[in-house]
Amino acid sequence: MRYAETGYYLEVDLSTGSIERVESDPKWTELYMGGLGTNAKILWDRVPPEIEPFSPDNLFILSAGLLCGTLAPGANRTIVSTISPQTGLMAFSMMGGFFAPELKYAGYDKVIIRGKSDKLVYLYINNDKVEIRDASHLKGKGAVETQELIKQELNEPKAHVAAIGLAGENKVLFASIEQGRSSCSRAGIGAVMGDKGLKAVAVRGTKDVNVARPADFIKECNGVLNYIKYRADHPIKNMEAIFQNLGSPQEMAIVDEKWHTAGFMWGNVRTRRKDFWTEEVEEQWKSVQESVRTRLISCYNCPMKCGALISVPESPRYMMKCFSKLTYTMAAYSDLAFGFKIAQMATEYGVDGFSCPQVMAFALELYEAGILTDEDLPGMPSDNEGRHYWLLDRIVRREGIGDILADGTYWAAKKIGKGAEEYAHNNIKKIEQLPLKLGMLNPVYFLMYSTGEKINITQIEGQFPQEPFSTMEAREEFVSDWIQVPDEKFKKYFLEWNPRGENSNPFYPTPEIATELVDWMERMHYIDDALGVCAGLSSFPLKPPYHIHNYPRIFSAGTGIDMDEESITLAARRNRTLIRAVNVRRGMTRADEKPPEDHWRKRFPDLENTLLDVYYKFRGWDERGIPTKEYLQEIDLGFVAEDLEKRGII
Amino acid sequence: MAKVKKIIKTITVDVEKCNGCRACEAICSAFHAEPKYSTINPERSRIRVMRHPLKDIYLPVYAGEYTPAECMGRDKYIIEGKEYDECGFCRAACPSRTLFHEPDSGLPLKCDMCEDDPPQEKPLCVQWCINDALIYEEREEEVEEDVQIDDIEIGIKSLADKYGIDKVVETLTRMSQKS
Ligand code: SF4
Ligand code: SF4
Ligand code: SF4
Repeated sequence: MRYAETGYYLEVDLSTGSIERVESDPKWTELYMGGLGTNAKILWDRVPPEIEPFSPDNLFILSAGLLCGTLAPGANRTIVSTISPQTGLMAFSMMGGFFAPELKYAGYDKVIIRGKSDKLVYLYINNDKVEIRDASHLKGKGAVETQELIKQELNEPKAHVAAIGLAGENKVLFASIEQGRSSCSRAGIGAVMGDKGLKAVAVRGTKDVNVARPADFIKECNGVLNYIKYRADHPIKNMEAIFQNLGSPQEMAIVDEKWHTAGFMWGNVRTRRKDFWTEEVEEQWKSVQESVRTRLISCYNCPMKCGALISVPESPRYMMKCFSKLTYTMAAYSDLAFGFKIAQMATEYGVDGFSCPQVMAFALELYEAGILTDEDLPGMPSDNEGRHYWLLDRIVRREGIGDILADGTYWAAKKIGKGAEEYAHNNIKKIEQLPLKLGMLNPVYFLMYSTGEKINITQIEGQFPQEPFSTMEAREEFVSDWIQVPDEKFKKYFLEWNPRGENSNPFYPTPEIATELVDWMERMHYIDDALGVCAGLSSFPLKPPYHIHNYPRIFSAGTGIDMDEESITLAARRNRTLIRAVNVRRGMTRADEKPPEDHWRKRFPDLENTLLDVYYKFRGWDERGIPTKEYLQEIDLGFVAEDLEKRGII
Repeated sequence: MAKVKKIIKTITVDVEKCNGCRACEAICSAFHAEPKYSTINPERSRIRVMRHPLKDIYLPVYAGEYTPAECMGRDKYIIEGKEYDECGFCRAACPSRTLFHEPDSGLPLKCDMCEDDPPQEKPLCVQWCINDALIYEEREEEVEEDVQIDDIEIGIKSLADKYGIDKVVETLTRMSQKS
C-alpha cells in the first residue's frame, strides 16, 4: 500500500487518444518527494532540450503535491510543469484551490499530458473513468465561465475544473490556467495547454487517501492548526500589515494600501507616487473594496481566507486573490474600481496578473515615446481606461499589435525594435517581475532574484525579515519565539544586522551568510512545492506553522518513509539542482542570472560577482552555475552528470 | 415511559462565517476511519458543504436520519435572492441522492457527534473549523426515555430496504458460516 500518495499517474496522449493508468516508482518518493520534484524528474527524463515548448512532445504535467488530500492544513497545491514558451526553460507555476486534493481522491498523483489534439477537447477524470471529450462548443468561452459550463454539462457540481480562456487558446505567452478561486499563471503555462488543444481538465474523486502513521500524523496536523491559531492572535509587531500575518498577502481583507501605492511603481514600472495615499483615496478605495467583496474564501483544508468572491456591478462574478487588485490599477495610473473591473475580464480571458498589466503599460509608453504610432494602434480609444480594455482585447485575440504584445515585453520589444528594448526593463530571464524599484542592493534578494529557478520572486518572499529592525530591543523580541530557524546562528545574523553603518546592506549579510539565508528560504520552497503545501503557511511569511523541524515528522508519519532534517534537506537540494540541470541543458547561463538592471539604484558589480560565486559553490555548482559531476554523483543524480557530460556541458 | 436526563448537543452553523475550506469534511472522514485518522475521503464525511462559490452559497449540512424512500415532493429555497439546490437543506441519507452514503458500499452515513471514548471535548468538525462557522453547545434536558438504534441496525435496515430482508438474512448466514 502507498501512503500519502496514490502511487498512480495518468498518462494521456492527446494525439492518439490513449489513456493509461501507470504505477509510479516508490523510490522516487524518497528521492524527489513528489509534486515539483517528480515533475522535474519526468521532464528531465522525457523532454530533452531539442523539444520545443510548442512541440507535441513537450509534456504538460498537472501534479498534486505529495501531501495533498491528507489532513495537512493548506496542502492543496497543484504544480503545473512544462517547458515555457516565454523562456524556453522549465516552467513551474502552481495553484491552490481544490483541484489537487480532488485528483488524489480520484486516485492519481499526476496527469501527464503529451501530444496535441486537432480539435478543442477537455479531459474528464471521474475516478477510474477518464474520457477526452469534445470542447468545440467551449471555444472562446471565458476561463471562469468554462468551469461552470463543464460542471453543468457533466451534472457534477462537486467536480473541480482547471480551464484556459481565450488567451490560452490563442497561445498568449502569459496565458494562465484558472481554477475556482486560484490560478496558475506564470511563464505561459496556459499557452502550452492551448497549444495542446486542451480547454480544460475536470476532476471528481471519491476514493480514500491513506496515511502511514495516523496517530503521529494527526498530532502534527493539530500542532500546525494550533500554531495558525496562535499566529492569528500574535501578529508580528513593528511591521506593515502585509507582513504581520500568515497566508498569501491578505490583500482581500486589507484596505489600507499606503504601503503598496506609495512604495511600488506605477505605469510601466516607472513612477513612484509617494504622496498618493490620502484620506480621500483611502475612503474611496475602502468603499469600493467593501462594496465588491462579497465573501472572503479559502483553499481546501485551510483556515486562512486569502481569496474573495468579487461582484462588480454589471459584470459576471469572479474570484480574486492577492495583489492583482492593484497590478492593473497601478499599471494604468487608475483607481481600484477600474482594477476590479478589468481584472474580471482578465480572469475570464485567463492572463497573468503581473505580466499583462505591464505589457499594456509598456505599449502605451512606447506610444507616448513615438515608437508605436497611430498606425500601429488603429482604432485605439483616446481615454486611458478605454485604451486598456482595447489593448487587453487585442492581446488575447492576437489581433494587430496584440499579436506582438501577446509574446510579452521581452519578445515584443525585439520585434518592434526602434529602441523598444529599453522599455522592456523589468524582466528577469524574459519574464515580467514585480513592479518595484529600490535604492540599496540587498544581497539576499539579489541572489533570489538572479538565481531563482521559478523566475518569480516577490519582495516579501521568505521567513527572514527583508529589512533589519532599528532597535536591539525589537530584534531581541523578534528572535525570542523564533522556532522556525534551522539553526541558532540565524538569530545571531538577525541581531547583528543594522539599518546603516557597520553590518548593513549591501555588505552585510556577507556573501556567505546571504547564501545560507537563501538556502534556508529555497529549502522551504522546494519542500513546499514537492509536498503541495501552500507557501502562505510555510516558505512565504514570517514565523509560519510549517518549518524544517516539523516537516520531517509530517513527511515520515504521512508516507511511512523515514526522513530527518538532514535527508529532507538533501531531497530539497536534489530537486533544486535537478531543475537547474533541466535549465542549463536548455542553455541557461550565468549571464542570464541577474535582476532587472534598474531594480536597485545602487549596484555593486564586484560584490554581485562574489555573491554568485559563493552561492554557486555552496550549491555544488561550478563558476558557470552548472552542477559539477562530483556533486551530481554525490546526491544521486549520476544520470544527470552522464547526460551533461555526453552533451559536452560538463 | 420514564423521564431521563439527556444532554442535548447542538452545533450552530453560521453560514456567513464559512469560507468553504471543507476542513470539516476532511477531519470528519478521518475521525471515522478505521483505525482513526488512517484515511481521508470527504465523500465519507457526515458533514458536507454545499458550495456554489460564484453564487456565494456555502452551506454546511449534517447527515441526519437514513430514509428508505424519498419524500413525495421536493423543496427548494430562495433566501436573500440566492437559490439553493433542490433538497439543499435536507439532512437525510435518502435514496434519491448519493449524498450521505458511503461511496463504495452505499451504506447511509449519519453524524454521531463524534462519539468517542474518552469523549472528545468538542466534535471534530467544530475543532477544525477555526473560523467559528460551527459552534458547539451542550445543555441538559429532561426527556422521555427513547429506544436508540445503533449504526449496525441502521445499516442492516437500509440493506433490507434495498435488497429485501430475506436476501440480507441469507447473506449474513452464509457469511457467518464462512468465518
Ligand atoms: S494560506 Fe491562503 S492561499 Fe494558502 S492555502 Fe490557505 S487560503 Fe489558500
Ligand atoms: S470548516 Fe468551517 S469554514 Fe471550513 S467549510 Fe467547514 S464550516 Fe465552512
Ligand atoms: S460532529 Fe463529528 S460526526 Fe458529526 S459531522 Fe462533525 S465531525 Fe462528523
